[in-house]
Amino acid sequence: MRVTDTWYLVVGALLFSVGAAGVLLRRNVLVILMCIELMLNAANLSFVTFARRLDDVTGQVAVFFVLVVAAAEVAVGLAIVVAIFRQRRRGATADDVSLLRG
Amino acid sequence: MRAVPPIHWPAVAPVAALGVTVVVAVMLRSLVRRSAWVDDAVIALTLVGLAVAGGFVVVQWRIVRSDGAYQAVAGAVAVDGFAVFVAGVVLAAAAASVLLSRSYLRTVGLAHGGEYLVLLLCSTIGMLVMAGANDLLVVFVALEVLSIPLYLLTAFDRRRRASLEGGMKYFVLGSFASAVFLYGVALTYGATGSTSLPGVAAFLARTTLAESGTLLAGLMLMLVGLGFKVAAVPFHTWVPDAYQGAPAPVTGFMASATKAAAFAALARVLFTGLDAYRSDWRPAVWALAVLTLVVGNLAALAQRDVKRLLAYSSVAHAGFILIGIEAANQRGRAAALFYLATYALMVLGTFGVLAALARRGERFDLECFAGLGRRRPVLAGVLTVLLLAQAGVPATSGFVAKLGVFQAAAQARSWALLVVGVLAAVVGVAYYLRVLLVMYTGAEADGGEGTAEGSPVPPALGAAPVGVDAGTGIVLAVAVAVTVWVGVAPGGLLDLAERARLLF
Repeated sequence: MRVTDTWYLVVGALLFSVGAAGVLLRRNVLVILMCIELMLNAANLSFVTFARRLDDVTGQVAVFFVLVVAAAEVAVGLAIVVAIFRQRRRGATADDVSLLRG
Repeated sequence: MRAVPPIHWPAVAPVAALGVTVVVAVMLRSLVRRSAWVDDAVIALTLVGLAVAGGFVVVQWRIVRSDGAYQAVAGAVAVDGFAVFVAGVVLAAAAASVLLSRSYLRTVGLAHGGEYLVLLLCSTIGMLVMAGANDLLVVFVALEVLSIPLYLLTAFDRRRRASLEGGMKYFVLGSFASAVFLYGVALTYGATGSTSLPGVAAFLARTTLAESGTLLAGLMLMLVGLGFKVAAVPFHTWVPDAYQGAPAPVTGFMASATKAAAFAALARVLFTGLDAYRSDWRPAVWALAVLTLVVGNLAALAQRDVKRLLAYSSVAHAGFILIGIEAANQRGRAAALFYLATYALMVLGTFGVLAALARRGERFDLECFAGLGRRRPVLAGVLTVLLLAQAGVPATSGFVAKLGVFQAAAQARSWALLVVGVLAAVVGVAYYLRVLLVMYTGAEADGGEGTAEGSPVPPALGAAPVGVDAGTGIVLAVAVAVTVWVGVAPGGLLDLAERARLLF
């Protein structure tokens, strides 16, 4: 059985779906952060696969941009999570962060 | 080996000016510690940087008027009337937000103003890039550069739980939206072989896709991602939390500048890149506009916190601007730009009043506004004018702006959307009037019901006789003056918006 680039696209779509579902359904903020990473990397995988299929370098370059952005995003996200942890010692699941509503 | 693309510096001069300002401000903050004058020096530096960038923007506008629009940095950035107009709005909003911040940070007790201003400037840089972004990758990077500092700014008031919570919700939903947008970009790239918007357009003009599923999926994912940023329903859930949690000047900045930049990106992606698929995205934008108008206005009616009320009203305004986008004609784009510019001023003025009234642990429950008209007649007067303008009362800029998008909808024959828009505008008047009523007559009809932070009786606003500082005064005066002036004589700004065309 030959592995074509379509397989990679399907894996990308699956990863993206898993990530999106995780962000929407999971309660733990750290897991949500990881799921966002998963979504970004699903996009990366698709970019690289398309770049190979199109024989074009743009898709590979895109991955570097995304990597840098993802690093910045995680740094900020963790900073906010840590600030929340410090403020209320208990834990920071999405259920604890429910002051604002309506 | 390919050469490095030449950089046409005049095209990126405003961004470069702000970049230099950021570096100098960070150095100043880290080298000079614990001096009373540093805070003010950084504020002055920030304003100078914004003014220089503004000067470059004016020069760009002249060049575009005389020599025509052009692309720069290997086609990644477009310098056209549209981009320059939005850049002007963004810079004005940033400057106003900085002016509001000085006294606000003091009264609320957030004395370390350095990082605050640097983050604000970084976000402004992202918005400037986004205004002219001509490549989907640039749009994505700009989106993140403007969002990441905003997450931090929202959570900036670390002692206030609402601020941290708002920041975290904004962060989670914002990053989610960015990731969705990115996947949309990847699919569009796969279908068309290019991330450049003119490249995508050229490909679509050349070839008819046998199977357009990938491109349509990409288009819809990008629409979702940008829908989050412009705060369109059903992607608006972060708006009330982030707006309520963020410090008041930051909220004003988010509502004005972020909206302008996000709409600029939306317009460019739809009109420059995917105009060939107009018949596919117009119904989607139509649905977004209707949902946004209906939900935004109805939810605003039910709010008891004025910042939350304004957040939902900001969602509703996004709906009106979407009417202009949905019209998909030049008049619609001009109307959307005009709306963005006038709304930016109104909302900055409104949050300016809130910033001037804010005290430590800021609370803006509706009851706190009772009797404000007696205690602080001038501030109440300013708030009255700006809220009436947001409601779209004639002789204010808000009326002209709404009329503009309605005319565009009529020209595009979107009658149903026009009717929804007019009805939404009528409903909108109700909640603005409710705030005014409380402000001037005093008591709310129905009291009780738990308030946001749990303490039973929120303190009345504006009880302490604290003056309004010069920066805030300037912003409020300009906001009111321009709002009324544009409402009475809209010709000049309408003309500017009409001339601010897209390159392609």
